[in-house]
Amino acid sequence: MMDNELAINLARIQFAFTVSFHFLFPAFTIGIASYLAVLEGLWLKTDKGVYANLYRYWLKIFAIVFAMGVVSGIVMSYQFGTNWSVFSDKAGPIIGPLMAYEVLTAFFLEAGFLGVMLFGINKVGRKLHFVATLAVAIGTFISAFWILSVNSWMQTPVGYAINDVGQFVPAAGWWDIVWNPSFPYRLVHTVLAAYLTTAFAVGAVGAWHLLKDKTNPGARKMFSMAMWMAALVAPTQIFMGDLHGLNTLEHQPAKVMAMEGHYESHPDGAPLILFGIPNSAEKRVDYAIQIPKASSLILKHDMNAPLAGLDTIPDEDEPPVGIVFWAFRIMVGLGFAMLGIGLWSLLARARKKLYDWTWLHRAALVMGPSGFIAVLAGWVTTEVGRQPFTIYGLLRTSESAAPLDAPAVASSLLAFVVVYFIVFGAGIIYIFKLAAKTPEAHEPAPDDAPIRSAGITPAAAVLEGDQKEGAAS
Amino acid sequence: MNGIDLTIIWAAIIAFAVVVYVIMDGFDLGIGILFPNFKVGPDRDTAMNSIAPVWDGNETWLVLGGGGLLAAFPLAYAIILPALYAPLIAMLLGLVLRGVAFEFRWRDPSHRARWDFAFTAGSVIATFAQGVTLGALLQGITVEGRAYAGGWWEWLTPFSILTGFALLAGYALLGCCWLIWKTEGALQRQCYSYAGRLGILLLLAIIAVSAATPFLEEEYYTRWLAYPGVLATAQIPLATLVVSVLYFRSLSKKQEAAPFFYALGLFGLSLIGLGVSMWPDVIPGRITIWEAAAPYESQLFMLIGAAIMVPVILAYTGWAYWVFRGKVGSDGYH
Repeated sequence: MMDNELAINLARIQFAFTVSFHFLFPAFTIGIASYLAVLEGLWLKTDKGVYANLYRYWLKIFAIVFAMGVVSGIVMSYQFGTNWSVFSDKAGPIIGPLMAYEVLTAFFLEAGFLGVMLFGINKVGRKLHFVATLAVAIGTFISAFWILSVNSWMQTPVGYAINDVGQFVPAAGWWDIVWNPSFPYRLVHTVLAAYLTTAFAVGAVGAWHLLKDKTNPGARKMFSMAMWMAALVAPTQIFMGDLHGLNTLEHQPAKVMAMEGHYESHPDGAPLILFGIPNSAEKRVDYAIQIPKASSLILKHDMNAPLAGLDTIPDEDEPPVGIVFWAFRIMVGLGFAMLGIGLWSLLARARKKLYDWTWLHRAALVMGPSGFIAVLAGWVTTEVGRQPFTIYGLLRTSESAAPLDAPAVASSLLAFVVVYFIVFGAGIIYIFKLAAKTPEAHEPAPDDAPIRSAGITPAAAVLEGDQKEGAAS
Repeated sequence: MNGIDLTIIWAAIIAFAVVVYVIMDGFDLGIGILFPNFKVGPDRDTAMNSIAPVWDGNETWLVLGGGGLLAAFPLAYAIILPALYAPLIAMLLGLVLRGVAFEFRWRDPSHRARWDFAFTAGSVIATFAQGVTLGALLQGITVEGRAYAGGWWEWLTPFSILTGFALLAGYALLGCCWLIWKTEGALQRQCYSYAGRLGILLLLAIIAVSAATPFLEEEYYTRWLAYPGVLATAQIPLATLVVSVLYFRSLSKKQEAAPFFYALGLFGLSLIGLGVSMWPDVIPGRITIWEAAAPYESQLFMLIGAAIMVPVILAYTGWAYWVFRGKVGSDGYH
């Protein structure tokens, strides 16, 4: 049925579109929430104003990011049913409880304490407020834990049986299902990615203000903290990424073949294809620039180890190679660029020039969005790489979709595109506006009363608007 | 079956989540519905401030309802969501618009009017869509095998439109009574003046929906009106009458908190009525809760989590409400 195929493809586009938007926000909230907890903790401990100011500064941005994450996340939680109902029926008995745990242990925790975090500082006192900040930060982790467990189970399903109506039902203990083979790698890789994303976003804001004024204490502090994160987390992430890749080779070899561009098997050592254009029609990579035997060295830690290629799997099980191949290279390339910035910052620190090397600041500024791009590229690598399956090797994407008419999916897709671009476009503009303000300027001390929407009273917001207009004219 | 019937417990938990959702998000959606009627400036800020710290937690119950349905009754989730595709997508988009308005209106004073409009539009769309969803579920869904088999406009009937409007009236009433409780001065007087009319509107809506329901399915007719069951079911309209009288009396006495709780009482009774019509089906007339249920192991695993977490959630949610107790002003809580 043509119409059916069209409806499924539209549903895929809709899912990719909504989840791509959504994923950016939690990737950022996980990092900022932890950053805020660290800032408030340091403020409690040292009583230094710079931490309180930075807390207030990033809290406003966090509030916007969090709101966008929440509303786009509610869309995701219903989209399994609206567009992928057959999948929901079949996988519900296993993924449903994991997602319910996410709601019970994470969403409520974040949402419940968010109000106190944003509006409650002069109602509950500093220590209790810190508890609220911690609760929100911990909530973001717990959320990542469950959702990655769900995703990992779909990639590396274990502990299931199939009942007489075709549902996947738990057969082994839940411990095995939650801690499925790819979960630990995926969890650590994703949380580190969230930290790097935030480090480079914070670093870029710090760098921007350093370029304008090297002496600004808020800018110095946030740039320094961000560069520590980059220097420590980027190498850890590259190491974790390698482990994750080995795990993927074990459980989802076709995905790794697509990532590496190995159409053909290599009995005595596979080359590492750095660049090239995958040609799925001809089953080869055109214009390949490659290092002999290096792929076997990376994946098997042995130059001459044999490596199977896509020629070993049936055509109908082959993932779209081009997208996976390129997305993977974008992710890895950015990862190494991040490592470069981290090392550069260490050098600058050793020479006591962290706040003076303007080329470092410019580079950090350019790298501001790198985390977001890398996160999306990584997500595309892993999700497109598992196609054509929703539950790897067991349930095809084409057999997972809801029985919908193409016009229904098309009109909802259009509605999502329009609303998302308006809403999230506006949100991103507001984030840029907030980030463009010099750190310490209007950050009232947190014990100033009264406090409204993430630290701005309506009156202050109006005043601020006036000042901005005044400054512009 | 393994001693205790977890399916009934799970039906009760999901019903509980829906009830808590309607009670908690109802009033903050209602404030969105009434928002254009409030004066630009302090009145609107006050109305917004009264819900800003809690709306996010309120809305999470909707996620628990949906997520719980997927986990405990995957078949029902897989049939209901495609069947109600258009209203559910509309609801989600409405919630997107409204959810960001809380933050954006403060960030962008020069476009505040636009985000206020988005707040209202999102609240109205989400509420109407939820009402339509309830009505469409009640009027029945075409099912073949394990899947929805109707078209994408099947939900659209005069009855579902009626339930859509009924919920608009209901949430507006809750929002109105919440503001009577949480505010003072001109805004409170304005809400007192709306509360009577909204109360009458909601009662008319309840009467219309109640009168139409028994004729949707023969099953409903017998459940409600066959002797001797009618002796029990008749208590629901009687209780509704009593609560309505108490509601209007509390208004005329200018009580502040009581109208909100009587309004919640009216909602509770309506939901009990919905339960009478549907029980023990999850898709009325087609699929019972036992047919849609997830396996015992899934239900048990989740029940452990729910038994521990729901009381904890209620405790810290209660604490958050306690932190923001008392009257709210345009410059926040004092």
